[in-house]
Amino acid sequence: MATTYRRTPTKAELRRQRMEELINFPLDWVEERSGLVGGVRYFLFRNVPSDINWMQTLGSAALTAFLVQAITGVILAMYYDPSASTDPHTGKPVAWESIVNITDHLTMGWLVRGMHKWGASVFIILMFLHMGRVFLFGAYKYPRELNWIIGVLILVMGMMEGFTGYLLPWDQTAYWASVVGINLNGTAPFLGPWLAQFLRGGQEISGETLTRFYSLHMLVIPGAIIALITLHLYLVIRLGVTSPPWSKDAAGMEPEEAEADGRRAGLTRPVPRPAGASAMQAEPGGRE
Amino acid sequence: MEPEQPSPDTEHESLHEEPHLPPPTLWPIGFAIGIVVVLVGLVINPELISSIGAAIAIVFGVLWARDATAELRGESLVVEPERRQMKEAGDGMTAPPADQQGVALPPVDPSTVTRSRFLEGATLGLGGVIGGLITVPVAGFALLPSFLGQKQHKVDLGPLSSFPLNKWFITTFIVDPAEGEVSRRTAFIRNNGVVSTTDPKTKQTTQQPSFTIISNHCAHLGCPVQANGPTSDILKQPIVVEHTANGRVELNPVVPAGYGCPCHGGQYDTEGNRTAGPPVRALDRFDFEVDNGRLILLSTYSVSHVVGTGAQAKIHKYQESGPGEHLDGPEQWFYPLQPPHH
Repeated sequence: MATTYRRTPTKAELRRQRMEELINFPLDWVEERSGLVGGVRYFLFRNVPSDINWMQTLGSAALTAFLVQAITGVILAMYYDPSASTDPHTGKPVAWESIVNITDHLTMGWLVRGMHKWGASVFIILMFLHMGRVFLFGAYKYPRELNWIIGVLILVMGMMEGFTGYLLPWDQTAYWASVVGINLNGTAPFLGPWLAQFLRGGQEISGETLTRFYSLHMLVIPGAIIALITLHLYLVIRLGVTSPPWSKDAAGMEPEEAEADGRRAGLTRPVPRPAGASAMQAEPGGRE
Repeated sequence: MEPEQPSPDTEHESLHEEPHLPPPTLWPIGFAIGIVVVLVGLVINPELISSIGAAIAIVFGVLWARDATAELRGESLVVEPERRQMKEAGDGMTAPPADQQGVALPPVDPSTVTRSRFLEGATLGLGGVIGGLITVPVAGFALLPSFLGQKQHKVDLGPLSSFPLNKWFITTFIVDPAEGEVSRRTAFIRNNGVVSTTDPKTKQTTQQPSFTIISNHCAHLGCPVQANGPTSDILKQPIVVEHTANGRVELNPVVPAGYGCPCHGGQYDTEGNRTAGPPVRALDRFDFEVDNGRLILLSTYSVSHVVGTGAQAKIHKYQESGPGEHLDGPEQWFYPLQPPHH
């Protein structure tokens, strides 16, 4: 809705008004048809305790590390060739040669591969730090037990990404580490030998092991991780963020007097605006 | 902008006019059958069957179109009347009156299969059937090829004359030439000479060659064990290279004092018995046969321990099991079922 002026608006004010309408039009268009703008606003501007600290950004950091892995992984998949057969010209395995090509010959390939390789460790380390924070803050307690369980599943999936990704360079380290890793799984009681044979794709490690590890590494497990992260975030939004253990705020209480005068307005909360504003200015939740 | 309010006239009309739904018709089914016949005909016989299908589709399509446009062409509509019995809404009936005349649909008995209950069941049931039809082949394809149809490969290691009596060789060979270098394996082989064995039933004595053929897969976690001892360059003996049906075979002479694993330090004696470190049993061995004077490797088997040496060795032989799996003692009950091997 256009701002009402008590006097005739100046040229600059009119230009500003037109600009606002121009920017708001596509957002309003999307909001009216999907409610997505309100949803994103609800996510970004939801209430969090006033005394949260930097430790509580470790989860977002782990998510960022996962996104880095996903994006660099997609690009690496454009150049990587998961074939155990031997290149007749050089006598070297095709998979290993494609890694050499990415690292030594393709423009900035060394950078993207390095980001993926070292980012893998960063992802795992950040998940552990995030887990430690949740444990030490007691944030796994009722009603957030289910989110702890989902988080543990994400951690396990992350480890499986590490295990399957380690074979892909197809060098001596990769090969023997995978032999040992698969046989380690094989010593699990009862179903271990079956699990090992499934991972190998047969009785012996072979080219089929490489292709199935590649498929697991870039399709199956990342899909599962994305689904689990979605659930994880849904529960974070639904249940809210916990205060630190030393918080003086009573749990579950909203400091209403603080909200009334807008003192908490800022990064995590929008400045109160007059009612009837456009979607970008609507209160969290969007539609009433 | 203000939403458009219906004018009093149109409101009046819309309340009292019959709904503009076409009467129920079966013609679309005939039309659909015609389309199916056209598509099947495209595969089987485009000229004949597709033409028949097209004719069916056109006939029923015209009939359908005439039905749908009957009202527009001014023909009178025949609407089937409601045949279900209407009941008075009285005592004990939960359904409220549909209007002020007190006529209502009868309350539904919970055991009655209503249309919505039938559709709910049909959706879940059909969804389950379709899901199962897709899942079974996909899951089977993902899991079964690792277990079924495991091929046994015979490996030709060349003539017996390449293996002098009582000499050890580190032998490397390709198990499956189609798979290439990735299937290269290593075995420690010693020719024990010819032994005469007597069959206890027939009392016949046969002369059979004896070989000790030990796999280099560590019985701890599968790393490649190494022979502890001098090889060709120290012994000043040449590496024998043969080209057989299995490609390049290398025989590297060695005088082993035993075998050791570089990964976690497992140690074995020359018969493959564990002497130190984390392995849970002795090294696996290869079955073999002699065909036309050539040594042929067959599949592997697992060994708990070996008593004695060479041709006189008593091998405690078990089904092929993965590294780290116990074959005897109470721990063997952890591995009751082995996946299929060749």
